[in-house]
Amino acid sequence: MTHKNIITSRDVHIYYGDFEAIKGVDIDFPEHEITALIGPSGCGKSTYLRTLDRMNDLVPGARTTGDIRLNGEDIYAANTDVVQLRKRVGMVFQQPNPFPFSIYDNVVYGLRLAGIRDRAMLDEACEQSLKQAAIWDEVKDQLHDSALGLSGGQQQRVVMARVLAVQPEVILLDEPTSALDPISSSQIEDTLLELREQYTIIIVTHNMQQASRISDRTAFFLQGNIIEVGPTKGIFMDPQHKETEDYISGRFG
Amino acid sequence: MQEDQIRAAMLRKSRAAKIEQRGRAISFACIALIVLVVIAIFYFVASKGLATFYHNGVNVWEFLSKKSWSPSTIGPHGKPEVGALPMIVGSFSVTFLAAVVATPFAIGAALFMTEIASNWGAKILQPVIDLLVGIPSVVYGFIGLSVVVPAIRNVFGGTGFGILAGTFVLFVMILPTVTSMTVDAIHAVPSYYRSASAALGATRWQTTSRVVLRAAVPGILTGIVFGMARAFGEALAVQMVIGNAAMLPKNLISPASTLTSVLTSGIGNTVMGSLENNALWSLALVLLLMSLVFNLVIRWIGGRGALK
Repeated sequence: MTHKNIITSRDVHIYYGDFEAIKGVDIDFPEHEITALIGPSGCGKSTYLRTLDRMNDLVPGARTTGDIRLNGEDIYAANTDVVQLRKRVGMVFQQPNPFPFSIYDNVVYGLRLAGIRDRAMLDEACEQSLKQAAIWDEVKDQLHDSALGLSGGQQQRVVMARVLAVQPEVILLDEPTSALDPISSSQIEDTLLELREQYTIIIVTHNMQQASRISDRTAFFLQGNIIEVGPTKGIFMDPQHKETEDYISGRFG
Repeated sequence: MQEDQIRAAMLRKSRAAKIEQRGRAISFACIALIVLVVIAIFYFVASKGLATFYHNGVNVWEFLSKKSWSPSTIGPHGKPEVGALPMIVGSFSVTFLAAVVATPFAIGAALFMTEIASNWGAKILQPVIDLLVGIPSVVYGFIGLSVVVPAIRNVFGGTGFGILAGTFVLFVMILPTVTSMTVDAIHAVPSYYRSASAALGATRWQTTSRVVLRAAVPGILTGIVFGMARAFGEALAVQMVIGNAAMLPKNLISPASTLTSVLTSGIGNTVMGSLENNALWSLALVLLLMSLVFNLVIRWIGGRGALK
């Protein structure tokens, strides 16, 4: 199965002030696949992820060069509408970060930003998104309670529902399960596998078992470079580079 | 023998433990002194203030609801009139109006300092705000007297003294308090709310208005109530511009009075133990109780904010 590439990036460099965090990365992301970005702490995988929805723009002193395209459009072009881009490329962060509002208000936040006021439409989208995030049954009776009253794993799935409600094309996840317990983590993983049908998913993870369980392709980052990228099975069973082998066998990282 | 020595050494209080104990005793003594002072103030004001009711036989309800205030002369009913309603209304009017006027300015200034121009905005405005807090109230009152009152007189007619002038002066006085507490409240909003909002495609203004301000509401409310507490208790500046007529204000530009203005102008001219004097203490008691209420409101809002 070959899918067309929804995101392509060529010769991406990212600088924080004088520090070069990403040193020329070329990688493509096929549609409807889960790509895992793995690598030791500080290798730049999260930094790279955050260029894909231009969240690095918010970091003072961060600078990106190179060519990153979403469906062929240069997202760093001068006329790119960053607000629109972030609606097409959603992001889930490491720490569950629901707003201190009700669950309902959290999920429909993105829709209200877009100016949707129609109650029936919001209700529908809320239910739909919570179901997609596999949390509907747990919260359907407390939609108007504060989202901060939920457990960490539930919060993270509400956050995913909040992203899904906007119907992005690509979902970026930055270590979404590293703050969660194993059961919550595996629920999130199951959800991601189901979402693959409709979305393109790029996930940064520290957990190599997780990468091997859920991803179709894996990219191994080391010190700002991609060492190896390819189908997950190949990376884990038959790594082409010594560094990759050392990392996935736990010799460093 | 040796065991006994070890046992004794183990049971003896160490130097560090002794110092610890002494420190605890000193800080407890300080706290106890403060608590004692507060209790003494309450006792003193209450004993004096309540004397109006049980000693001079004034009805509490009449004190709070009657409109005429002349404790030193015999009124038409054959006894001195001690109706505090004009002052209570005056105090609440200037307090609420000042808070209503100050809040939008405070939020605007705070947003400018935190979200819009956080580097140079804060650098310029923070010292200005600190300076405003430090200006003595008599200076505010004097400016009110020589600038605000004539301006109101020119625009609206009348004497210029009244609730409106008091509101203006108090607005300027509480603005820095409310602003800096709003700034703190906005700073306390975790940055990941901002990232989350931006990542969902919110513009900066959408993030500010829908997430940051909403999350900061308990803190901002606390700031407003703090400002109101200050406005309610402010005496000198208000006394200089409000006109000091102990009657129910008919409009915003007719001379009025507040609890504090009547207290400061009257307390030196009455004899201890007389009805005039006791009635003033009753006003002070009302002030004290209202401060207590403001405090409780602040705590209540703070507690609710922490729960969320």
